[in-house]
Amino acid sequence: MATETTTDFTLDSAAVLAEDEGGPIEGKSPWLLAWRRLRRNYVALGFLLLFVVIVVACLLAGPYAKHVAHTTPNENHLGETFIKDGKKVPIVSKGGFTGTEFKAGGIPVGPQLWHAGGRYVFGADTQGRDVAVRLLYGGLNSLKVGIGSALICTLFALVFALLAGYYGGWVDWVLSRFFDLIWAFPVLLLAIALGTALSIDGFHHAGINIPAGSLWIPTGVISFVLIPYIARPLRGQILSLREKEFIEAATAQGASSTRVMASELMPNIASSVLVFFTLIIANNILTEAGLSFLGAGVQPPNPSWGTLIADGQSRIATAPWLAIIPGVAIVLTVLSLNIFGDGLRDALDPRAKVRIER
Amino acid sequence: MVAFVIRRLIGAFLVLVAVSFITYLIFVKIPGGDPAQRIAGKLATDQNIADIRQKLHLSDPFYQQYWGMMQSLFTGSLKSYSSQLNVVNEIKKGIPATFSLCIGAGIIWLGFGILVGLISAIYAGRFSDRVITVLALIGISMPVFWLGLIARYLFAEGHPFSIFPDGEYVPLTSNPWQWFVHLLMPWWVLAVLFIGFYGRVLRGNILDTINEDYVRTAKAKGLPQRRVLVKHVLRNSLIPIVTLFGLDFAAVLGGSAILTETVFQLKGVGQYAADSVQSLDLPPIMGVTIYATFFIVLFSVVVDLLYAWLDPRIRPT
Repeated sequence: MATETTTDFTLDSAAVLAEDEGGPIEGKSPWLLAWRRLRRNYVALGFLLLFVVIVVACLLAGPYAKHVAHTTPNENHLGETFIKDGKKVPIVSKGGFTGTEFKAGGIPVGPQLWHAGGRYVFGADTQGRDVAVRLLYGGLNSLKVGIGSALICTLFALVFALLAGYYGGWVDWVLSRFFDLIWAFPVLLLAIALGTALSIDGFHHAGINIPAGSLWIPTGVISFVLIPYIARPLRGQILSLREKEFIEAATAQGASSTRVMASELMPNIASSVLVFFTLIIANNILTEAGLSFLGAGVQPPNPSWGTLIADGQSRIATAPWLAIIPGVAIVLTVLSLNIFGDGLRDALDPRAKVRIER
Repeated sequence: MVAFVIRRLIGAFLVLVAVSFITYLIFVKIPGGDPAQRIAGKLATDQNIADIRQKLHLSDPFYQQYWGMMQSLFTGSLKSYSSQLNVVNEIKKGIPATFSLCIGAGIIWLGFGILVGLISAIYAGRFSDRVITVLALIGISMPVFWLGLIARYLFAEGHPFSIFPDGEYVPLTSNPWQWFVHLLMPWWVLAVLFIGFYGRVLRGNILDTINEDYVRTAKAKGLPQRRVLVKHVLRNSLIPIVTLFGLDFAAVLGGSAILTETVFQLKGVGQYAADSVQSLDLPPIMGVTIYATFFIVLFSVVVDLLYAWLDPRIRPT
């Protein structure tokens, strides 16, 4: 996202477009046409389905923990046993001498899948907590932070870009310098610094009170540091749009600034905003994982995919599933969003897809 | 051109001041409570806290404190709150590891990114292009620290496929071969994300350029395919990649490699920052932030100049 891209707007006759689309386009809205193109992209739809499945699974974390795993995400089961195929198995191995052989203790049971009647499907961690339950609750937190920060970030970026691009002048100057400033910061360093400083006492300024350990802290931090990455390209698009005749026509008809922004500019950048939104969720889930891994994101014992990997880091040799499983969850979620976002972009802006001359 | 450079350098200086000031505010104003108490720890007596406040000038107005910290940073006498080690020396100690990691990874990701982009553009729409696209997307979707963990688990000494030594940085001057072998895994882990991204960007650029009129002209006058591709298409498609590389490389040097450094215990500048942040040790964080911002600002000026040189239609304004 280094260079600002501007979209070229071309006018084609209905016949040319209809030939491209493989069907009549008269009387169809651009959104309907985009949907028709997206519908044909089975890969993108398949990965959207995967993302929906992951979201639904995480939303079912509560019922799963209660009725299937019979535990809660932060409940310790040290020193307890469970029944597997009619035999008692310790959840976290005791260690010590069995006969003459010394065995190291503290090793949790591995993934049981369905052999333990729904308990410890993905094994236990060193505290005897159910990894599958923590994975779902952690996913819920990661998704909350990822989607929440994407919403806040896109909303602010959209408003800033509209103001800067439409008004120009000093408004544009001030906002652009603000973007430049955040841009000049090393993003991850800024996020870690903010996340850590806020994780001590929370945020208690300007009448807003957020306790330490709240999910709002990583959400706010991630949305703040990523604003310029969306706002800058959007501002570029608005700058080129506002020179178009239809804006001049609207102004000449006496439309107010808010009206021009809301009903003339917004619909024209809506497709870009939608694509950015999808891709930024993926990016934010990764950022959240990185922050939590370094201890500057979601605070323990509250799980998130990042903290789960951090917990598993030191046990990678004896209990590799602790780090591997949440990582796979992140990769699947982010991958599904990236592929769907790509398909969405192709569907909304087919001109951007280049055909090869042979 | 000279005026442009001077203007950019003044701008860069202002950005450095602003960035350091904001970092200062983040750590002094946000956490609330008494900073002296926080530094002294839980078991400190009132006298300890008063001593610390006196020694670090914590009762001065904050702009004076900021000025004092900047002065001691640039004279090289700034010390960490917790370990009392000199910040500038610690950053200097971390620089060889960080630079080794970033330069090596940069070479890998640029080279393989171009290769991947070229192959998938030539075979666009065919099976190999699809496979590469999927692999590139998977590469982009992996958390770098997780990939590092998995790589260590699989390939490091004492693990299933023991190929590489496990983590740690060996100075180039003490043993070049060990330096190389120890860095192979971190280099690839850091580069994977960028290879996928650069490959996709380059693929798009090449497919855009291939339809240009001058490419058709070059083909029409009978130039061999390879020559058209390298001299006409690739040269123009690489211009945006140069910009991207400059900015990403600066970002990686300036702290985006924190996660890779931490996972492989390389003891570079990024890891120094991560460790200091955890103990809320302000002086090292100020030092690293200024070091990192310096590179980001410097490279953005270099990239602008390079861009104007590569594409004379663009004049720096």
